[in-house]
Amino acid sequence: MSKSVEIRWHGRGGQGAKTAALLLADVAFKTGKYVQGFPEYGPERMGAPITAYNRISDTPLTVHSNIYEPDYVVVVDETLLESIDVTAGLKQEGAIIINSERPKDALIPLLRGYQGEVYVINAREISMQTLGKNYPNSPMLAATVAVSGVMEKGAFLDEMQASFKHKFAKKPEVIEGNMKALELALDVVGK
Amino acid sequence: MAIRERLSGNEAVAYAIKQINPDVMPAFPITPSTEIPQYVANYIANGELDTEFIPVESEHSAMSATLGASAAGARALTATSSCGMALMWEELYVAASDRLPIALALVNRALTGPININADHSDSMGARDSGWIQIYAESNQEVYDNFLQAYPIAENKDVMLPIMICQDGFITSHGVENILLVEDELVKDFVGEYEPEHYLLHPTEKMAVGPYAVSNYYMETKRAQREAMLQAKRVILEVAEKFEKMTGRKYGFFEEYRMEDAEYAIVIIGSAAGTCKAAIDEIRNTTGKKVGLLKIRVFRPFPEEEIAKALSHVKAVAIMDRSEMFAGTGGPLGAEVRAALYQAKAQAEVVNYFYGLGGRDITVKDFMQVYDNLEKIATTHEVSGMYEYIGLRER
Repeated sequence: MSKSVEIRWHGRGGQGAKTAALLLADVAFKTGKYVQGFPEYGPERMGAPITAYNRISDTPLTVHSNIYEPDYVVVVDETLLESIDVTAGLKQEGAIIINSERPKDALIPLLRGYQGEVYVINAREISMQTLGKNYPNSPMLAATVAVSGVMEKGAFLDEMQASFKHKFAKKPEVIEGNMKALELALDVVGK
Repeated sequence: MAIRERLSGNEAVAYAIKQINPDVMPAFPITPSTEIPQYVANYIANGELDTEFIPVESEHSAMSATLGASAAGARALTATSSCGMALMWEELYVAASDRLPIALALVNRALTGPININADHSDSMGARDSGWIQIYAESNQEVYDNFLQAYPIAENKDVMLPIMICQDGFITSHGVENILLVEDELVKDFVGEYEPEHYLLHPTEKMAVGPYAVSNYYMETKRAQREAMLQAKRVILEVAEKFEKMTGRKYGFFEEYRMEDAEYAIVIIGSAAGTCKAAIDEIRNTTGKKVGLLKIRVFRPFPEEEIAKALSHVKAVAIMDRSEMFAGTGGPLGAEVRAALYQAKAQAEVVNYFYGLGGRDITVKDFMQVYDNLEKIATTHEVSGMYEYIGLRER
């Protein structure tokens, strides 16, 4: 039986949810998967809610629609919990991953009765601690990999290291912080 | 060995352009095609490509400069979408009637009113009568493959027509998917050098391009363009065969997906065909119902006889249009396929759907509903009119 995973990202324009979805497609591709990473565009402005999607599979992907029944939902900006039904269609056997500094118990009432697994990660704190700035998408990406199991954590870190080396060729000093952000996120998300 | 990559549709087209290394690319940015000239400009800035890039002040100028370059004897191209192509309208006809083998990377997007940036075929469908060859893609792989085939088709001496290589805005243009790229050397051999027979900058041959034609000549010019379109049918298949030898990937006027024994068929263009395929697999696996798909790749020249033949054995057909033309006969694909079926005295019941206008999503479930409707129509022989909608809110 081939494995196919569908992920929906919720964020606000400018926060990097689309970039995180494309990065996830990238690393999954490198581990040999068939991938799709695509954004849904509304009016283009900073701060507007945006949605991005991933399909990751062992077999070729042909469906070109949005994802309505995702296995996983990633919420990069928790203020969206009140305005958007982020758990719409989310499979009960799946999970939701939320970037928040609040405890899980404080967030569950906002999930409109969702019964599946809820993971909370303080991506802001991790980012501030490792990079000195609030770039939540790297920790959220790592948390998504850990929760969804779309690839081995070791393979994920190796691929990210290679990709950061390429991306930050001109400022190698930020690679360590980014890798640390990923490692920390992988470490804390399950707890 | 093919190169395994993952690219967005826009990246794939830009990469094809880099491999082809055309002479001149004038361009003006418009969403969602903007990334294509942007990536090409990057290649040029990085010294990876020596195409002459001309940043122009409008799409009217973009196509005008492309015309000028092509008439002078250069291999020229541009990229655009939607209202950008609307501003090229006049020049589209000039390119075709002057028989200039220009390539246009078109990223399909809705035309304005109301403003909308998403996938819709009204831009290229509106230009279907301009005399350009039109080739459409389901995926990033297909738009890349089609772009590699563009110049060998357009520049063939029996054709000499401009060609637009279309893909769906955002759905493929901004979606990253797996893709197999062809090696640079193979592309170079496949596309070859452009050696025009006649051109403005010829050192000894004097010629005019685009002069006034009085009534004594205009009609014959149009007849000659039609002849070139007819020749293009043969050349498109020849180029596809050569491409298949190089890559193993087979192309024709259309793709028939599980059509061998199909009783119910959908005819569609573009990225939604992939979603339809998933619906077909699910229906066949769960119910055994014989459903199939005919995905149009080449809309101009329109392969009317071949389409009618491919649909000759089905009981009911749904033709799906992603653009409005406000005609009583439905959408452009619906009207043309119906005419082809009528001429061939086909027996199938026909229904024409509008779907996906302005980027409205179409899902596997929507396609399953269309096949359900086809089954009903085949039993009752009752079709409610010339056209229907799928995915429309009635209130």
